[in-house]
Amino acid sequence: MNDVKERLDADLSKTNTLEKLNELKTLYMGKKGIITELTLKIKDLPNEEKREYGKSLNELKNYFNEKYDKLKEFFDMEEVRNRLKYEKVDVTLPGVNVSVGAPHILEKVVEELEELYLSMGYDVVEGPEVEKDLYNFEMLNLPKGHPARDAQDTFYIKGDEILLRSQTSPVQVRTMLANEEKTGIRIICPGKTYRRDYDDATHSHQFTQMEGLVVDKEISLSDLKGTLDIMAKKLFGEHVETRFRSSFYPFTEPSVEFDVSCFKCNKKGCNVCKETGWITIGGAGIVHPNVLRNCGYDPEKYTGFAFGFGIERIAMIKYGIDDIRVFYTNDLRSCKSFDKRGE
Amino acid sequence: MKISLNWIKDYVDIENENVYDMADKITNCGVNVEHVVTNNLNNLVIGHVISCTPHPDSDHLNVCEVDILNEKLQIVCGAKNVRTGIKVIVAKVGAVLPGNFKIKESTIRGIKSYGMICALFELGLEEKTEENYNKGIYELDDDAPVGEDPIKYLGLDDTIYELDLNPNRSDCTNHLGFAYEVASVLVKKVKLPNTDFTEVGDDISSKIHLDVKTPNCMMYQTRIVKDVVVKESPSFIKNRLEAAGMRSINNVVDISNYVMLEYGQPLHFFDKEKLGDNITIRMARDNEKIVTLDNVERTLNNSDIVIAKDDEAVAIAGVMGGLSTEVDEDTRTILIESALFNPYNVRYTSIRLGLRSEASLRFEKPLNYEYTKEAIDRACYLLEKYADGKVLTGTVVYDNVDKTLKIAQVSYEKINKVLGITVPKEEVKNSFDRLGFPFTCDNDIYTVTIPNRRIDVRIKEDLIEEVGRLYGFDKIANKTPILPIKSGNYSPFVKFRKDVSKRLRTLGLNEVKTYTLISEEENKLFNNEEGLKVLLPMSLDRTTTRTSLLSSLYKVYKYNDARSVSNINIYEVSNVYHNDYTEELKLACLMKGDYVNSTWQDNTIPVNFFVLKGIISNLLDYLGYQNRYVFKESCPNNEMHPGVCANIYVDNEEIGYFGKVSPLFEKADIFVLEISLTKLYNKKVSKIVYPKISKYPEIKKDVAFIVDDEITSDDIKKIIKKYGTNTLKDVYVFDLYKGSNIETNKKSLAFSLTFVDYEKTLTEEEVDVLFKKIIEKVCTLLNAVVRDK
Repeated sequence: MNDVKERLDADLSKTNTLEKLNELKTLYMGKKGIITELTLKIKDLPNEEKREYGKSLNELKNYFNEKYDKLKEFFDMEEVRNRLKYEKVDVTLPGVNVSVGAPHILEKVVEELEELYLSMGYDVVEGPEVEKDLYNFEMLNLPKGHPARDAQDTFYIKGDEILLRSQTSPVQVRTMLANEEKTGIRIICPGKTYRRDYDDATHSHQFTQMEGLVVDKEISLSDLKGTLDIMAKKLFGEHVETRFRSSFYPFTEPSVEFDVSCFKCNKKGCNVCKETGWITIGGAGIVHPNVLRNCGYDPEKYTGFAFGFGIERIAMIKYGIDDIRVFYTNDLRSCKSFDKRGE
Repeated sequence: MKISLNWIKDYVDIENENVYDMADKITNCGVNVEHVVTNNLNNLVIGHVISCTPHPDSDHLNVCEVDILNEKLQIVCGAKNVRTGIKVIVAKVGAVLPGNFKIKESTIRGIKSYGMICALFELGLEEKTEENYNKGIYELDDDAPVGEDPIKYLGLDDTIYELDLNPNRSDCTNHLGFAYEVASVLVKKVKLPNTDFTEVGDDISSKIHLDVKTPNCMMYQTRIVKDVVVKESPSFIKNRLEAAGMRSINNVVDISNYVMLEYGQPLHFFDKEKLGDNITIRMARDNEKIVTLDNVERTLNNSDIVIAKDDEAVAIAGVMGGLSTEVDEDTRTILIESALFNPYNVRYTSIRLGLRSEASLRFEKPLNYEYTKEAIDRACYLLEKYADGKVLTGTVVYDNVDKTLKIAQVSYEKINKVLGITVPKEEVKNSFDRLGFPFTCDNDIYTVTIPNRRIDVRIKEDLIEEVGRLYGFDKIANKTPILPIKSGNYSPFVKFRKDVSKRLRTLGLNEVKTYTLISEEENKLFNNEEGLKVLLPMSLDRTTTRTSLLSSLYKVYKYNDARSVSNINIYEVSNVYHNDYTEELKLACLMKGDYVNSTWQDNTIPVNFFVLKGIISNLLDYLGYQNRYVFKESCPNNEMHPGVCANIYVDNEEIGYFGKVSPLFEKADIFVLEISLTKLYNKKVSKIVYPKISKYPEIKKDVAFIVDDEITSDDIKKIIKKYGTNTLKDVYVFDLYKGSNIETNKKSLAFSLTFVDYEKTLTEEEVDVLFKKIIEKVCTLLNAVVRDK
């Protein structure tokens, strides 16, 4: 048995490949292997020697296995080390296109603004697009026969009662009416609106509006201007300014248009602002007392401001889009660019 | 609205104002001067052609010597009418004509030319028409002073303000009204036009019988002017009408337009001889006919107001006169009408008849009743002076106008509260003074009498705006409302929609937005429900509010496909409307091409039915409907593939469908989905709880069944679940096989079952009993056979 161990040690020291190691295993442990043969001898031994022989044999087996495992591990690692010498990829080959969808451009702009107004405590409220004339016009101080509610401009659906809303203002009316305790209101209402315009590069019969409404005690035009200024800076950068120009809307008094100083040229005049230095964003004003009254608020106690603007317009200015129709043709080659963080 | 500053000069002293600075000031105070157009050009002089000889090298050019005072210029001219002796307009070297056309020294076929002899259209003073082109160069009168500015000489040295008016400022649609605005901005006084004339003859009031039979006529004033001579207008009237964008016809027609542009009060002139003595104002009868001035027979209805001679309608009030009482070259006696009609009626009539004119546009808005008399007097003054007319004594007037003074009160405190700044008291007073609004001030409360010319000012908020705009909106501060802190929230349904939308993007679909209005034909695609129809569609493409979003997504697919976009995975979330005007929020998806795309490896995943099913399942799980939905084979419309389409049920309610688009409709492999988010939203969802995970080991068992083709995987799964009891934690399909070793019309479905117990370690024996029972039940109930491994 000792001879076998010595021979094994000699053989092991000569083993320098995995192949040789496996040959060694067959040589010693195979069906006719040296150690296997030793095992077979056990039955021919006298009983008193069997115990001692078995013990030695087991030690030998363990010795073999231990040596074998160690060497095998060594050769396996050796093989990996060899593989690492030549195994490599062309890192410039493209990765798998993991597809995550892009938001619509308008949705991206809306969500950016929603985030801002939510942070200032405004709720985001929506309302129906097939709307009653009552909410779209009458409650907003636009009585029947008023030029601004002409059948020429509005899509009516049933007589003069049901229409496709021409503005998101009916959501303001609905919100004020629904507030039974007549407490303060702070909302923005984004949504689709419709007007009878022929579609061209700057007109669309369907467009997206966002309106805001704050009703409370002592709300002023300055509060409105400061609020819109925050929005303008969020949209176009900290360096822009906001200005008011007198305007007219039946549902606000005073009414203003609000402009933002051109974010590109800083009021010097360029192609973005059509050389004027300013960009018109939307309309705003102090809620007309008739509107407050119609919605159950006492105009002697409450005042409010409201503002509204087109999301398409903002997107066009922000992203340099020169045709409003692109928002509704959805060319995926350009839409995909909006699957991006940032503004 | 176009305003001639020469005209404004009659009423306000603006002689020393820079027209551009003044435009800015006016704009800043709220009346938007959109464009400033000035006719003045530099380097133009009146010249005298002292010789004119044919160009030696041309058959149509002439070489002229032109005297421009102290200097003689040689100019090559191609006009047919150039000749010795005439006075012409010369653009000298250095002049820049409209269109940035620079006049330079030049050589024309070998002859030097030092300027250009001009036609009016070349100076932008006339339209560039063939007729004007053929007139050749403009010939000035013989007495034109050589060397002077020809534009000034022609009285065309005017500056035009083009106003972009807010609809409430109809007071600025006339020169006098705009003059008041200019005066309030510049802090100046307004001088009123001359309305003096001499009355002759007997009083007409006893002769004319006026009968107003409708409350829609609030005021009707007439005067008669005789011995009128119809001829060309004096040049100042012609120039001013042109400047304001109207054409000169003759002195009589021009005077009525002139007064309208001056006061905003449209006038109508009748030929008195044709009209007779009996005037009635009444509503038209349905189907009543009248031939209007443009020689078109019009059919009226009972919302039109007419002026009638005896009973015969001779004019449509506020819209157009009738042919039978027209003023023509032979007219000698005129009856002037200056009236107020209900704006709604005029508006409705003019739109219906397609007859919107400068007059009807003014009548469509409320007018200042004081100007009905002023305007008629002004017309008499002008007719006397420029049409040789003699004004007969007296007027015939119907007057039913409420003349209550417009008075509004506003406190100093309220002004500052609304504006959010402190306007000095002196400035508030100045504002009312500048506007010409008489007021008193008592205890810081202003009581203001609002002149009728400012129809738009009525209530205290209007006064606050007037103070604000004159004080300057640029002085409004940037503040923010001081309000209690509260959280801003999406309304729950909006939040739900946003969550759906974001999840779909995470799942790789791109959001699109499309039009609500589509054609009736389009709305029949993927859909069986009719949409709402708009009453006056703008085109056949946009008549109907869609009830399905899929035809729109199909259009987006077609658009992108035509542009070689190969992977089109899109969704839209949008409201649709039912016939009872209720709304429903729908989600639609369309997928085509690859879901995951790898250009050089083999791991591309093309879109198929099960990719879309995976997306829907993921969405429904995400929204909290896990284990509450099932899919059932169906084919809801002809655009869908009858064998590759399923309805989706949540809590046994159908919420929509998905599947492959029928190859009969579209050759490409397209998969679509449409579900109702409103139906989904209305289902309650339980709160998320931390899932219980057994601490005892799981045991997995696999089995494959050979079943008839009609048996669905769900059929088998149901039985497995039923007999798997609580110990069966999970079951899923891991293989579908058809082909060799399996009979045709049969298939092999392999399931993997996971068993676990939350209380103890399961033994193989326990699971074997359960597993055998499941297999036995599936085999007997579904006529299935276990497939050998």
